[in-house]
This record gives sequence, C-alpha cells and structure tokens, in this order.
Amino acid sequence: MKKFSVLFLLFFILYFLPGTSYAQRFPKPEFDSGHVQPPTLTPAPRAEFLAWFDVLVLIGSLSAASWFVIKKRSRKGVFWVSLFALAYFGFYREGCICPVGSVQNVVLAMFHPAYIIPATVVIFFSLPILFTLFFGRTFCAGVCPLGAIQDIVLFKPVKLKPWVQTALGLIPYIYLGLAILYAATATDFVICRYDPFVGFFRFDATFNMLFLGGIFLLVSLFIGRPYCRFLCPYGVLLNLTSRISRKHIAITPTECIQCRLCEDSCPFGAIELPSPVKPAEKRETSVRRFILLVIIIPPLVLAGGFAGSMLHENLASVHPKVRLAKQLLIPSKEVTEDIKVNIDAFKTSGKTVNELYAEVDGILKVFYVGGWLLGGFLGLVFGLTLANLSKFKYQPDYIPDKGTCLSCARCVDYCPVKPENPA
Amino acid sequence: MDQQDQGNKIDRRKFLNNGIRAGIAIGVGGIGYGLLKNAFSGELVWQLDASKCIQCGRCATSCVLTPSAVKCIHVYAMCGYCDLCGGFFRPETKQLNTAAENQLCPTSALKRKFIEEPFFEYDIIEDLCIGCGKCVKGCESFGNGSLQLQVNHKLCKNCNQCAIARVCPSEAFSRVPAKNPYLFKSFGNKKPVNKPVEGDE
Repeated sequence: MKKFSVLFLLFFILYFLPGTSYAQRFPKPEFDSGHVQPPTLTPAPRAEFLAWFDVLVLIGSLSAASWFVIKKRSRKGVFWVSLFALAYFGFYREGCICPVGSVQNVVLAMFHPAYIIPATVVIFFSLPILFTLFFGRTFCAGVCPLGAIQDIVLFKPVKLKPWVQTALGLIPYIYLGLAILYAATATDFVICRYDPFVGFFRFDATFNMLFLGGIFLLVSLFIGRPYCRFLCPYGVLLNLTSRISRKHIAITPTECIQCRLCEDSCPFGAIELPSPVKPAEKRETSVRRFILLVIIIPPLVLAGGFAGSMLHENLASVHPKVRLAKQLLIPSKEVTEDIKVNIDAFKTSGKTVNELYAEVDGILKVFYVGGWLLGGFLGLVFGLTLANLSKFKYQPDYIPDKGTCLSCARCVDYCPVKPENPA
Repeated sequence: MDQQDQGNKIDRRKFLNNGIRAGIAIGVGGIGYGLLKNAFSGELVWQLDASKCIQCGRCATSCVLTPSAVKCIHVYAMCGYCDLCGGFFRPETKQLNTAAENQLCPTSALKRKFIEEPFFEYDIIEDLCIGCGKCVKGCESFGNGSLQLQVNHKLCKNCNQCAIARVCPSEAFSRVPAKNPYLFKSFGNKKPVNKPVEGDE
C-alpha cells in the first residue's frame, strides 16, 4: 500500500509540473530476461502502383463503354460494363477515386500550389472529359458507379414535364459553383461529403447520409438517375462537352422513319422530338423575344453577382476558422461542451485572438470575391437557359439531345430500322 | 438557294464545333500538364501530428469509417513499462490488476503483459481500438507519452478532405508525404505552449 501512495504522490507532482509533458518521466527499462521491445507498428499506405492500376481500369472501361455505345450499339454491353464499374469503382474501391470528386482536387491544386495533386487524380479528372469530347457521355453510361447504382434500380420510369426538367437541371450548376468555391478556398470538399451512395459502397455511413442515399435510390425507382440529372456537378462539364462531341449515339442506325416507337423509350427525357413543320408563332415574335432575353443576361449576371456578394458571410461560415471566430464571440453561458473544446484548444495553441480575426478577415475578403463570381456565374447560366428556351432549331427526326443524353443506349433497341449491310 | 444555305450553315457549325472541341482538348490537356508538372513528387496522405493532439475524442466519432481509421499506436521505445500505467488504469484504481473496472480503455483494447519484475508491456489490439485517445491522455499526463494517436494507413481511405481534419480543434491534421506517413512525437519535441489560465474565459 505504501508503494502506491508514493507512486501516486509522484504522479501528482509530475502532473502539475509545468511544461514537462514530454520529458522522459520513467527511464527506459533494462530487462534482465533479455526481453526485446517490439518495433512500433506503422502500416504502409496503399501502394502507388495500385492507383495506376485504377487508371488502367478506367481507360479499359471507358473504351469498352464507348465501343459498345458507338460501334456495337448494344444496351446489353453497356449494362455489363456499368455493372463491372459498379463492382470495381463502387464496391471494391469504395467510391474513391472518382472523377466526380476530382473536380475539387483540380480546383484546389490550381488555387493552392502547396497542395500536390496526384497524377492519377488529374488523369481521372480529364480522361472522361476527353472521351466525352469524342464519343458523348459514355462515362455516365458505363463507367460511373454513382450512375450505375441508380440505373440498375430504375424500375418504372415516369416522364417529367420539360419545364420541371429544365428547372431542376439548373441545380447542378449551383452545386458545381459551390463545390468550386469551397475547393478554391480550401474550405471543404462538399461533393465528397454529400455523396449519397458512398455509404452503400462502404456499408458504413452516418444515419443521415444512409437515409439520404436511401431516398435517392427510392426516387431512382421511378425517376431515372435523379442524382446524375439534377445534382451531379461533373455532369455539368460532361453535358457541355458532349454537345460538341465528334461522335454520339444515334437512335437510328441509318435514317429515321418517324415511326415514334422510340418516343417514350428514354427514361431520362433526353430525346428531342421532331420540330413541327410550322413554328407555332411568327418568326419575328420569337426573334424579338430571343433578343430581349439575350439583352437581360448582363443585368442577370450583375444581379447574381451582387446577391452572391451579399451572401458571402453566410457562404464563409462553413470555413472552420470563420466558425471558430464566431464561437469565440459566443457568451460563455451559452457555450456547449463541444464548442468549449474548440475554444480551449485555440487558447492553448498560442495564437492570439487578433491574429485569428485578421486571418478570418482575409478569408471573408476571398469569399466576397468568390460570392461575386459564383453569383455572376449562376446569373449567366440562368440567363442563357432562358434565352435557349426561345431558340428555335428545325430538325425533322427523333434524335438524342447531345447534352443531357447519358448514352445508355436504351433507345436503340426500340428502333425498327436495320443497319445497312456493310457487304 | 435554301439547300445551299443550309449546307453552309452545317459546315459553319461543324467548323465551330471542331474549333471548340480542339480548344477544350487543349485546355484540359494544358490544365493536366500544368498540374502534372509536380504531381510526380509523391503522393500525400492524411496524418495527425501527435505532438499537437489534445485527445479531444473526435477522432473516434468523426471518421467516415466505423470504427475510426485513427488508432492508438504504441511507440515501445518510449515506454517506461510501468506497473502503474497511466494509460491502462483509471486514475482512482486501487488494485493493479486487469479487472475491467480498473481499465481506462472503454473497449479493453490495451493488453497488459508481465515481462519481469517490475516491468509490464502494453500491446494494442488494433481491431478493438476505436481511437478515442483516453489511454493516450492518461499516458501523456502520467507517463512517458508512448501511447500516441495516429492515422492507420492500412485502414485510412485517404478521403479528399479528411472528415476528422475538419473538426480537429488543435489543427493537428495535415497532408504528409506517403513515403513518410507517420508523425510520432518523441522526447522533447513538444513546442512550448501557452497554458490557459484558470478561469480565463
């Protein structure tokens, strides 16, 4: 019993000795029995060559998907490629690495040179864009695991009204803008944090994220690929590049006979119907409206930018430093346990409050500029979408809308026209 | 006339599309090249600086994995092999045995092994460890500080943005070169800190 009390006294003294927390309080033991201290276990990270193997798999599956879409025109082929991608990039690689999230890495690397972006991530970002430039969104059709998991549960697609589709189609631009803003300010990687399906891939997530993922899958039963069409920020980039793609899936292998069989075949509402022979209104009216809508784009950009800059403090409050500065201002009575940990840690860090405030001031300035840019960008997108609505393009056939078409090749099975015999 | 007009129109569109396509290809390639120039200097992984860690317990709850990829790792070379281990026993423990009520670890992940009088060795059962840092706090307060929290790279998914780094109050998390992915503390490398004055709110 005496031994204990001496030891406790010793601990008591040591505990309150200031600044000695890392002194060697107890000497290194000398073993008589010849016992050897085991080494410290330091498990190595995943080997780098495996990341290059991922790149090979990406190239392989992109090529396979493009070949099945463009050359073979085979829905079955695309489906099996997408199942493979779901198994590999989804369940085996557990959702990371993915081109959708790589947008943020690229932006972070552009604005913060100290962050060294791995070469494989750059390739994961650019390859699907380059493939889309030549073959349409074959990445979405066959390689994206997030798309595949929604696609395989599509049970009974419901057609959405065009205006609903156009309106919801604006959300990805907002999401992309926010993701870029937060990546450029090194605040957070929102796309990854709010990825609804990564929890399924890992069989592990918070309840909220699993719940969100469950809702998305439930909606996917009836509305084709809701995440891809109405949220995916990478889809915005692919949508824009796909519009000028060199080749693109066509519903009919030769010439459309207007049989209307494919009319309802697209679960994503991406088939453009033939335009009526005579436009519903006079050319002058639509041209005048188009000009009017183009003229209001600059004011929309300015208004968006102004609104964005007004919101910059709200946007910035996600940043950990801004959050901490706010917490320091909370009256001590209202401080919760959780916030107290942050405040105490800050007080022991040796930084003064003024230094923090100066830093936060800088962050807020960056967000002010970012708010202008984000708002302006959204104003521009909104204006262009409006102007596009009154654009009249004459086309006689059933064709896929190159921007929103996900190249899933469902429609080709509905076309009764047989390809011309090459012989 | 009409036919010809349309032909010209399509050609113009094709020409424009080709131009834009080439532009985007060059743009994406340029961005890629610019970023790739120093991309081969080695990958980065997340790690927490053990000398900055204050054992708040958020590593156990904030990781995207359950249990957390942050584990207690024992730096045996720093251990004093104490009988009365501040990391193993609760502070008010009267009897130094492995009874559950004496143990600080909520999951009994710390294994105590008799070596020779008066030395005991403490091993961490990795599968049981949840990274709460209770033992680390005990060891740092009463012992040599040989128990340390570290990101276990066999488990870590190396998320784009570490979910723990976002909430770490002492900003201990950073991206470190994958070639040298552990940040242990050793005797004497603790930076001087301003201790908070009691009641200073």
